[in-house]
Amino acid sequence: MKLTGADILIRCLKEQGVDTVFGYPGGCVLDIYDALYRDGTLRHILTAHEQGAAHAADGYARSTGKTGVCFATSGPGATNLVTGIATAYMDSVPLVAITGNVTVPSLGRDSFQEVDIAGITMPVTKHNYIVKDVKKLAATVREAFYIAGSGRKGPVLIDIPKNIQTEVCDYEELPPAVYVPKPVAADLRPAADALARAARPLIIAGGGCIGANATEGLKALAEKWQAPVCSTLMGLGGFPASDPRFLGMIGMHGTEAADAAFREADTVLVCGMRFSDRVAGDRVKFREGKTIVQFDIDAAEIDKNVDADVHVMGDLQEIFRALLPLLPQMEHEAWLREISALQKAGDADIDKNLPAYKILTAMQKFTDADTPVATDVGQHQMWTAQYCKFEKPRTFLSSGGLGTMGFGMGAAIGACTGTGRKTVLVTGDGSFHMNLNELCTAVSHRLPLVILLMDNNTLGMVRQWQGLFYGKRYSQTTLDRKTDYIKLAEAFGAKGYTIAGEKDILPVLQKAFAEAGPVLVDCKIGIDDKVLPMIPPGKSYDSVITRL
Amino acid sequence: MQKYTITALLANKSGVLTRISGLFARRCFNIESICACTTEDENFSRVTIVLSGDEHALSQVTKQLDKLIDVKKITLAEEHDSIFRELLLVKIRTAAETRGELLTLRDIYKAKIVDLSPTTAILELTGEPSKLDGFLRVVQPYGILEMARTGVTALSRGEKCLNDLVDYNELI
Repeated sequence: MKLTGADILIRCLKEQGVDTVFGYPGGCVLDIYDALYRDGTLRHILTAHEQGAAHAADGYARSTGKTGVCFATSGPGATNLVTGIATAYMDSVPLVAITGNVTVPSLGRDSFQEVDIAGITMPVTKHNYIVKDVKKLAATVREAFYIAGSGRKGPVLIDIPKNIQTEVCDYEELPPAVYVPKPVAADLRPAADALARAARPLIIAGGGCIGANATEGLKALAEKWQAPVCSTLMGLGGFPASDPRFLGMIGMHGTEAADAAFREADTVLVCGMRFSDRVAGDRVKFREGKTIVQFDIDAAEIDKNVDADVHVMGDLQEIFRALLPLLPQMEHEAWLREISALQKAGDADIDKNLPAYKILTAMQKFTDADTPVATDVGQHQMWTAQYCKFEKPRTFLSSGGLGTMGFGMGAAIGACTGTGRKTVLVTGDGSFHMNLNELCTAVSHRLPLVILLMDNNTLGMVRQWQGLFYGKRYSQTTLDRKTDYIKLAEAFGAKGYTIAGEKDILPVLQKAFAEAGPVLVDCKIGIDDKVLPMIPPGKSYDSVITRL
Repeated sequence: MQKYTITALLANKSGVLTRISGLFARRCFNIESICACTTEDENFSRVTIVLSGDEHALSQVTKQLDKLIDVKKITLAEEHDSIFRELLLVKIRTAAETRGELLTLRDIYKAKIVDLSPTTAILELTGEPSKLDGFLRVVQPYGILEMARTGVTALSRGEKCLNDLVDYNELI
C-alpha cells in the first residue's frame, strides 16, 4: 500500500498501540495533523504550550506504563519540548517525541522556524533521529518505540522534515516488537551470599522497580530476606506504604526512620536506583561500614556514584526471579523490632500542626490507592512524598531527577487522560505560575483534576535553604504577587476554592473532590513552614536536621 | 593521569561522532585523540579514542558509550595485546646545509620525505605515538613550520576481533 509519510506515521503509532497524543500544531507538522484528522481514531490533547504536551505525555507514561507520545512543530515548537524531554530522560520515562522540521533541501539554511532539534536533544534523549528518507520512516518509528520502552526506558525524538511527511512510499503493517528482558547473565550466588550474611538488612527501592514492573518481586524479596524497605522519591508506590516493613522515603528529606535504619544497617540492597546526590549525600561516607549490593539494568549505573561491593546488571524482574530460590528464608526479628521502634519514634516527631500535613492527610480521605497524585517541585513535593501513603506503583508522579518546576500541570493532565481517574495535583505557588496556562487544557477536556496549591507567597524550598544556609537573606524568593487564584480558576472555566485555615480543610476538600471537572484549591500555608527532616546537601546521614 | 585507548564499532550514520564527543564533554571526560574511519562493512565505521583519565573514568566512559544505540561494540585496546599506529606529517625548514642531517634522521626513524622545496621538506612517519614524539623532539631544532598527526588507531593481535564482542544492548 502506498502512503504518504504523515499517514505512515499515524499508522505506525497505531501499530504500537498508541491511543492518545499530546501536542500542538504548526507549519511543519500540518501534514501530520492532516493525517491525524483524516484517520480520526487517535485522541489528541491540544495543550496550551508544547512544554505542557511533553509533560503530559510523560505523566501519561508514568501513570500507565505505556510509552507517551507528543507532537510539536519545528523551531520554537520543538525547543519548547526540551524541558519535558529532559525531565523524562532524568527519570527514565518512555516517551516518543515527534517534531516536524523544514524540508530536507531547506535544512542548514536557517530557514523559517528551523532548529537542529536532534542536535539540541542529543544529551537528553536515549536516542534520536532525523528522517531524511521516507522509506526509512516506518522502521525508524518502530525502532524508536522499542528503544523508548526497553532496558532502562527513556525518551526518543524523531524529527521529520516536511517533505518526508508528503512523500509517498510502500507501507506494510507490522506487529509491534515486544521487549522481552534477557535472563540475568551473571552468577547471582555472590549476591545471595552477601544478603544471607546480613544481620541488619535494608532495601532501598528506586524508580527502576516501578520502571521494570518488578514490584511483586521486590515484595517477595523483602519477605524472604525479612528486610525493611525504604524508597527513593522515584520509587514511592513501588512498595506498599501500609506494609509494616515500609520506612518511607530515604534521602535529603527522607523520614527519620529511613534515615536511622540506614545508619544502623550493615547490608544495603539498592534496586533500580542511581545514588543521586539527593539520596547518597556524601558519596564516600554513604558506603562506609556497609556492604552495598546493587541491582540495576543500566551497567553504567554500577560504580558510577557509589561503589557497590556486589552488583548485578540486569532486568529487576529477572534478577528477583533468579535470586529468590538462592536465598534461604531469613529471620531478623531483633532488627525488625528495632525498626518498628524507629518508625514509632519517627512518626512521633512529625509536626502534625503543619498545615501541609493536615491538608495532605485529609486529602487521602478522598483518594484511593489508585488515584494518581502528581506534584510540581519544591516543599509541597517533599511534603507529598512524606505524608501521602502510596500503595501502588505509578500513582506518585513527580520530577525527581531534573526537578522541573512546572511539571505538575502537564503530568496531571497526562495521568488523568491516561488512567481516566480523578487525579490530584499538589503544587506550590511558584511552580503553578510556571505552567498554569494548562488549566485551559484541563477545562477543555473536562478532566477530573483536583489541584491543591500550597500558597505561602514564597518559593518555599529556596527560602528554606536561604534561611538555613544563607543567613536569612531571602533574595528574590518572596512572591509579591497579587494573583487571585479563585478568579484565575474561574477565568479559565474551572472551579476555585480556598482553604484559609484548619476548619476549611474537610468541607472544602469535600466540595473539591465532588466536582466533575478541574478545581483549584488555594491552600494558605505559612511562609516559614519547613520540610523536615533535612540532610544538608553533600552531607552524610548523621548530619540530619530533624527540628529547628 | 593514565592514557587508555578505546576502540569501537559504530553505526555508519551521520552525527555518530557528535554523540560520542558530546558524551565525553558532558560527562567531563578528556579525549586525547579520536580517529575515525570506514570499515570493510559499509554499515559500520570504526573509531579509536585515546582517553586521559583514571580507571573510574575508563570504566564509566566505556559503559556510557556502550549504551549509545549507535555504538555497536566497544573495548579497551590492551597495551600488550594490540598494535597501535599513528601517522605524522611534519613540515621542516631545511636550508641546503642541513639537508644531509635530515636524511640521516629520516633513515634512523625510517621516515619518508614526501615533499621537498628549496626551503622546506615534509616528512612522513608512521609508528607508535611514542616513536612520533621522539622523532618530533629530534627534528624540533630545525624549525617545525607545521605538523599534523592522525591520532592513534589500533587493532588487537591474533584472532580477536571487535566484531565478536557482545553489545550491551544485547544483554538487557
